[in-house]
This record gives sequence, structure tokens and C-alpha cells, in this order.
Amino acid sequence: MKRIVVAGASLAGLRAAQTLRAEGFGGALVLVGDEPYMPYDRPPLLKSALMEGTSYAAQAKAQATATDLPVPGDLDATWLLGTRAVGLDAYGKTVRLADGRELPYDGLVIATGAAARVPAALTPLPAGVHTLRTRDEAAALRAALVPGRRAVVVGGGFLGSEIAASAGVCGLDVTLVVPEERALLRQVGYSASQFIAGLHHSAGIRVVGGRRAEVLDGGARLTAVGLDDGTELAADIAVLALGAVPNVGWLAGSGIALDGGVRCDERLRVLSTDGTPLPGIVAAGDVTDSLGHWSNAVEQAAVAARTLVHGDAAQPLAAVPSFWSDLHGVTLRAVGRPDIADEERTAEYNLAGRHLEVTYHRAGRLVGAATIGRNSRLAAHRRLLAESAFARA
Amino acid sequence: MLRITVDMNLCESHGQCVFAAPDVFAFDDDDYLVYEAEPSPDRLDEVRTAAAMCPVRAVAIEGVSP
Repeated sequence: MKRIVVAGASLAGLRAAQTLRAEGFGGALVLVGDEPYMPYDRPPLLKSALMEGTSYAAQAKAQATATDLPVPGDLDATWLLGTRAVGLDAYGKTVRLADGRELPYDGLVIATGAAARVPAALTPLPAGVHTLRTRDEAAALRAALVPGRRAVVVGGGFLGSEIAASAGVCGLDVTLVVPEERALLRQVGYSASQFIAGLHHSAGIRVVGGRRAEVLDGGARLTAVGLDDGTELAADIAVLALGAVPNVGWLAGSGIALDGGVRCDERLRVLSTDGTPLPGIVAAGDVTDSLGHWSNAVEQAAVAARTLVHGDAAQPLAAVPSFWSDLHGVTLRAVGRPDIADEERTAEYNLAGRHLEVTYHRAGRLVGAATIGRNSRLAAHRRLLAESAFARA
Repeated sequence: MLRITVDMNLCESHGQCVFAAPDVFAFDDDDYLVYEAEPSPDRLDEVRTAAAMCPVRAVAIEGVSP
């Protein structure tokens, strides 16, 4: 293999490139990124954008550089940044770029990530409406978090709750709109979502449950968010945290199976629409049809890179998923798949002491755990999951 | 010899190192990270994974770039 192209220059793309070198790939390595930035890290991006409580440009700049991912000096890669991949010829083994260039490859890593989901019914977005995914979006949101403003955050997942909590810290008047009874109910179940609801309540965040945003009023600039029951929430800013859409537009017509992201096998080989692996193509990170979490992207990137170098001899992905969420001064951590449980058991629930331990079961078998302030318990549950024949699905 | 250090100013107790190399890293009874600074060299692969998986890049292996 002489030349490997990595489409996507974020966490997964960089880690794939590093693993390729660590596994002995000595050929040409080209990374293509649509943003004009070297790889940066998303979790601190959110933290630095939201947790500081101020919006001074100088601080934003200092924080932005702090989110840069370190690139080893000996990576020996060519970086094509601010350049989008717009097409793939999977059989001719060529990636086409927005500027018309064509990049032939022997191996391709697809790591183009995902973009914030914006429902078509809410577009065009008036000024004052934000999403949060990229560094530029984080900077824009940060500048908008001005104390005293009324913010409506829409979304029942981790990002929505984190943004709501952070906007509260910044001194905004915050309403969180979630489609279910409570935020995070679908992600971590009854007990943990109840716990987070308690934290939201203590922080003065209003949660409107069982509702969706239907209309963004105000024309050029947002004045209110209209809900599906006709309620109007007056707002200076709104943040849409409605999940992510894999960046797969450039792969249309390539023969790759694209349902909810690039479909892969357990070695991250990219599958064609007929279910067979395409030659020399792997994928990693949020562009795949898997769980979009930090550790997942890192693990996938390593497996994908080893598959390109070693083929069938590479170890398949076998990790237990894990993720975390920082909000209201605590960190909720989870392992496994709490979302697929049919039963949960609460070993500890201490809101005042900020301690939580919940295990998740399916057909009587352990499938996940979530904790706050109980790291050793989480590690113990994680070990059990790894030792059991825990299946990712 | 395999020698590791964890920058405890960076560590946020994400536990990814404990997951990756449970014989080298652990949480103590007070939930603080503890680790063996000079583990057996046959743990190198696990320790490498632990360093790669740390979200705050607090784990360093002597002589090995991150």
C-alpha cells in the first residue's frame, strides 16, 4: 500500500493516521479536512466555550488553542485543510475534492464526522439560533451567552442538558425543552434522569417535558420558540441540540451502504449496498452508524487503521462503549448500553451527596451501568461487562 | 523497563486507563486514581491503549510519544 488518504481531520482521522504509522505504514499519508483547522478535541471545546461564563475574544482564542489535539512531529503527513471531499470513486479508488483535485489512494479512511441536525421545518434559522458541533459554532455560542438573556435549549440528550446547565452558570434565564417526560430518560433511564432533573431544578433551569419545538418566531432575529402545544417561549437565543447527522453527502452514489451513517463490519471495513466490504476502505468515528462518543471514535480509529495494514489479521472492535457528561459540577459516567435495558437497579441515589449508582439489565443480563462520584464502582461494572459475552448491539 | 506517569493535575477520573489496563490502573476506596509506576514490560500494549484512551492525555509512557 503506497498511499492512504484520510478523509476527515478531526479526532478519529488523526488517531487513525497515528495508528497507521505505529503499525508500520511507511507510504504517503494525506489528511483532508473541510475546516481550516488542525485537529481539535470536542469535549474541551464545549467546556471552554460554555463553562467560563464570559465571552471575551482573547479568552476564546486562548481556549481555542487549548483544544488542539497534539500531532506527533514524526507523523509525516500531508494536510489538505479547508478542503472538502466531494466525491468518491470506490472502484477507481479516487477521492474528489471541492477544488476539483483528484486524490488517488490505495487505502482510504472515511472519518468525515457528523454535523448538527437541524429539522427542515425550523429553517431558515433566524439570527440568535445556535447549534454546537464545530469550533466556529462554539465560538458563536460562547459570544451569545450574555448574562440576563433568555435562552431556550431544545433537545433531550446529553448536549442539550450540558448546554442548559452551562447557560445557567453563565447567568442566563434558561428553559430546556425535551421530547420525553424528562431529559436523558431514553439515554440513561428513570433513576439517572430523575437525578439530573433534580440538578437542573436546583440550578433554576426550567424543564418543559413532552414537547417539541415547532417554530422559531421573529423573522430575521429570534423572538420566541413555539412548541407543538401552541406555547410560545419568549427567547433572545435558542440552541438546537437535536442530535447529529453523519457527513455522508459526498459518498452518495459511491456504492457505500448509507443508512444512519456509513455501514461497517466489526473490523470497520466499509460495506457496499450488497453487504460486501469495499476494497481498501475503512471508516471511524461519528460518520459511522454507531454511537457517537469520544472513546468510541478513538477505539474505532485504531481498529480501522489496523484493518488497512493487517487485513483479516486485525483484531475486531470489541470494546465496551463508555461515555460521560459534565453538568452542574458533577460528571455522569456510563458504560455499556443503558439505552437498551429493560430493567434498571438503583444501588445508590444520593442527590445531596452527589452520588449515584445504577445498573442496567436486559433479559436479566447486565448491559450497562451509570454512576456519579462512584468511579471504582463503574470500573467494577465495566470489568464485568468486558468479561461477559457483552454484545455491542 | 516500562515507566509511566499520570499528571494528576490533568486527570479527571474518566477511568479509561482503568478500563484498558486494570492490572496497572485502579481507583482506590476514595475514588482517586492509583497506578503502578513501573509495571511489567509485558503490559506495554495495555498501557499504550490506556494512554491513547485518556481523554485529557494525562498518561505518559517514558520514551513513547502519545
